[in-house]
Amino acid sequence: MTEEFEGMEQLRKIRAGDVRTASRLIRNLEDELPEAKSAIRRIFPHTGRAHVVGITGSPGAGKSTLVDALIASFRKREKTVGVLAVDPTSPFTGGAILGDRIRMQRHAEDPGVFVRSLATRGALGGLSKAVGDAVHVMDVMGKDLILVETVGTGQQEVEIINHSHTVIVVLVPGMGDEIQAIKAGIMEIADIFVINKADRDGSHQLESELMSMLNMVPEFQGGWRPPIVRIGNCFEPGPFGESLEELAAVIGDHYRRLVETDLLGDRMRRKTMVEIHEALRDAILAPILKEMTESGEMEEIAGRLLRKETDPYTIAAEVARRRLK
Amino acid sequence: MYFTKNTLNQSKELSDKWEEEVRQTVARTPDQKARCSTVSDLEIKRLYTPEDIEKTDFARDIGAPGEFPFLRGNQATGYRGRYWTFRMFSGMGSAFDTNARWHMLLKEGNAGLSTAFDFPTLMGYDSDSPKARGECGRCGVAIDTLDDFRTLMEGIPMDRVTTSMTINPPATALWAMYCAAAESKGASLAQIGGTIQNDMLKEFIAQKTFMCPPEPSVRLISDTVEFGTKHVPNWNTISISGYHIREAGSTAIQELAFTLRDGIEYVEDVIRRKGLDVDEFAPRLSFFFNAHIDFFEEICKMRAARRIWARVMRDRFHAKNPRSWWMRFHTQTAGCSLTAQQPYNNVVRTAVEALAAVLGGTQSLHTNSLDEVLCLPSDHAVEIALRTQQILAEETGVANTIDPLAGSYFVESLTNKMEEEAWAYIEKIDAMGGMVSAIEKGFPQLEIADAAYRFQQQIDAGEKTMVGVNKYASSAKQEIPVQDINPQVEEEQIARLSAVKRRRDSRAVKRDLDELKSACKTGKNVMPFCIQAVKELATVQEICDVYREVFGEYRDPGLY
Amino acid sequence: MAEKKIRIMVAKPGLDGHDRGARILARCFRDAGFEVIYTGCHQTPEQIAAAAIQEDVDIVGLSCLSGAHRYLFPRVVEILKEKGAADITVIGGGIIPDQDFPSLYDAGIKAIFTPGAPLDTIVQWVRTNVQPRNE
Repeated sequence: MTEEFEGMEQLRKIRAGDVRTASRLIRNLEDELPEAKSAIRRIFPHTGRAHVVGITGSPGAGKSTLVDALIASFRKREKTVGVLAVDPTSPFTGGAILGDRIRMQRHAEDPGVFVRSLATRGALGGLSKAVGDAVHVMDVMGKDLILVETVGTGQQEVEIINHSHTVIVVLVPGMGDEIQAIKAGIMEIADIFVINKADRDGSHQLESELMSMLNMVPEFQGGWRPPIVRIGNCFEPGPFGESLEELAAVIGDHYRRLVETDLLGDRMRRKTMVEIHEALRDAILAPILKEMTESGEMEEIAGRLLRKETDPYTIAAEVARRRLK
Repeated sequence: MYFTKNTLNQSKELSDKWEEEVRQTVARTPDQKARCSTVSDLEIKRLYTPEDIEKTDFARDIGAPGEFPFLRGNQATGYRGRYWTFRMFSGMGSAFDTNARWHMLLKEGNAGLSTAFDFPTLMGYDSDSPKARGECGRCGVAIDTLDDFRTLMEGIPMDRVTTSMTINPPATALWAMYCAAAESKGASLAQIGGTIQNDMLKEFIAQKTFMCPPEPSVRLISDTVEFGTKHVPNWNTISISGYHIREAGSTAIQELAFTLRDGIEYVEDVIRRKGLDVDEFAPRLSFFFNAHIDFFEEICKMRAARRIWARVMRDRFHAKNPRSWWMRFHTQTAGCSLTAQQPYNNVVRTAVEALAAVLGGTQSLHTNSLDEVLCLPSDHAVEIALRTQQILAEETGVANTIDPLAGSYFVESLTNKMEEEAWAYIEKIDAMGGMVSAIEKGFPQLEIADAAYRFQQQIDAGEKTMVGVNKYASSAKQEIPVQDINPQVEEEQIARLSAVKRRRDSRAVKRDLDELKSACKTGKNVMPFCIQAVKELATVQEICDVYREVFGEYRDPGLY
Repeated sequence: MAEKKIRIMVAKPGLDGHDRGARILARCFRDAGFEVIYTGCHQTPEQIAAAAIQEDVDIVGLSCLSGAHRYLFPRVVEILKEKGAADITVIGGGIIPDQDFPSLYDAGIKAIFTPGAPLDTIVQWVRTNVQPRNE
């Protein structure tokens, strides 16, 4: 079988929704195999159908439980769902416990739901490098919604915006989620705020703080002012019982708004820009760095810098001149 | 304590001299280990002296047996009045099989019954449920209806023998069956005695046989306490448990603190929800501790438990009846201390752990069998376990005198320390808003997971020893007979269940289950409705399905 | 190219909720550098197999202390085979008497680790017998 033929087979299987093939391709992306990039080239033209929702917030905010409840809600509306659940790789051992799936296991046998856990593998920003392309894979499988759940360090999460159409920021009262404590970046990227465990003390205060902050924004993109949805215990009926459905509806509303105002195009362009930068970095810079390291030139340069014989900018200009003809 | 200033000075002088002696000896011959600690990693000093307990107030902290704070025991007469109850936990296969084992145990001197149910029953499923496949009768007895329960109790005088049932989410259903079985044999509710474990908080923390979320689970427990208080006066409606918390890997202090704090949560709930006066129900609260392998840590834990609970009941809940201040507890020797390697060593471990429980003043005791790391206990192994208790009671003399270790500098010092650290945990959980709140935050679960992992790392590093496993391991295998469960049990039980379902009045069952559902929704006490339903041969699962429907199912947060 | 990691699932089939061992193993495998999919307790064999395939794991570790392993462990192997994932290694642990080992091996369980097995032995077994991506 030629590589070309295998590639077409792989594409066909993924488009047919074959979970194993898709999961192995995601593995190839995580392992950074060259054939993974070829595969992405092949599937890329078929992407663009799915609504990608990024879900971020501090650890303990209840993201996984929320995702589980959202899956149920979307499945009731007969939408298929893909989930990319990201957990941190231990910097000491290189291993990871990927435990978000526990809270979604009731959907394990539902063919309309595909949950795939990923470890960050050292990437900063709460996501793994492979996530961007893994989103494409699930898109091509035909998933209507793709939920990307981040690690939740809470403060470096802005990268999620590069991969999602809709960003949900999940906050919990009484866990140090006071607005002052949260870096500005997170608050600015939210399309929807969820106050989870809203039955706890402090939820009204948190809501007012959010409202004050939103009131200070002069203009919202596309006229979309991020709604604040309060959710109690997802599974108990009661004052917050309907709010889960409200959230699912709002997610749909946001997508429609993006489409209507052509902001969707904006978001997709933003993602494309990030991808192209990444790809260019891989194609141009990485080989240069590799060669310089292998040939010993890097060591030599480091020596010169340490002895203050030159400065980094001069070096860079020199290398660029020499190599980018 | 009651040491004179002169004694303390003399002691200090001798201690200083001794420490110098130690310094010189250790310089020549270093200690085997830099640091000595209990199995819970609590550090232990080389020597304890009067100074270690000089702040202890004799009357306030030690006292006499039968007097507040009951450090030395609840009863004035101690074991000379009555030994602890030999209460061997057992259950296997079908109700017939278990009934046979029970008769054997009673004949051999077991004084109280204790029921082990199989996993489907524990989780509120019937033997014909797809979830029961492969599990029926394997680690306990399979009970689906009152029919099975009557078989279980065949030939047992329910007005004279007390029975403990280790059952949690379906406790109301099984207790209802016990009550109905007793009445049908002519024993009234006023006569029967026993315990249902019925402690859901520790399920969320450690054992994980759960069904409904915390709040409704606690409500069902309060229903049983109320029913017992009013109608079944000799019944202990909760066995507030630390055993499982310890088995999940907690330290002794965590076991102590979380158990007692669970107790506090239940007392608060019954008072708030049922409006009962604390003295009406507190005398019937009971506890259940683990007896692990570190001898003195366990003794001190149990003594500390009595003193803490007495103080909680009198000072926090303002109970007036001295019987409300008593802590009565059952103990089981530690399953997690037993090894599959060189299993005969387990006889020794169980004996030492049982001795600790006796010196700790337990009211009743189960001793593990040597083969339980591999299977359910064989007749022979269970006999040895029972004899262990009998030898302790009759031959060793430890039951001749009450609380023999009182006054020991070490024991009193360690008891004080454990109490102090337990209070710190209790206050921390209070600050979190109580146990249900702490569970939602994952606090006790993560404390336990960390302690369990730490212990495993210590074992793997050789810092802690398990004889036969990481030290003194032998290549020769010790073969022991392994008790097998009849593979037909599942099939036969399913057939029995079908037969019962065919002959019962299904309309009456439906009516009773609907009334139970209504009681759940309107806050009425569920027990009378459960009893009515089981009399019509409603199954364990049918009753539990009502609870699942009304209260929802608990979702495991899966903390690790 | 990134370092290839072993993806291992730790799962508890059946009704048994005693997960002390499973959780310790999850941490231990993480410390050994594996990516651990921990699915918690009360899983049916069907849920475990479905999750294993979605997660593209190399190996599934099953833990059972209730005596129900005789039915549950082979069932997981069977379902994986039915779904075309027979290449996923399945190992087991828990309260399992020696006499049950032969039938479990026959059913496709590749190794059994009972209480007292040093964590390092288990990790070494995985490293020796399982390759990342089953290559």
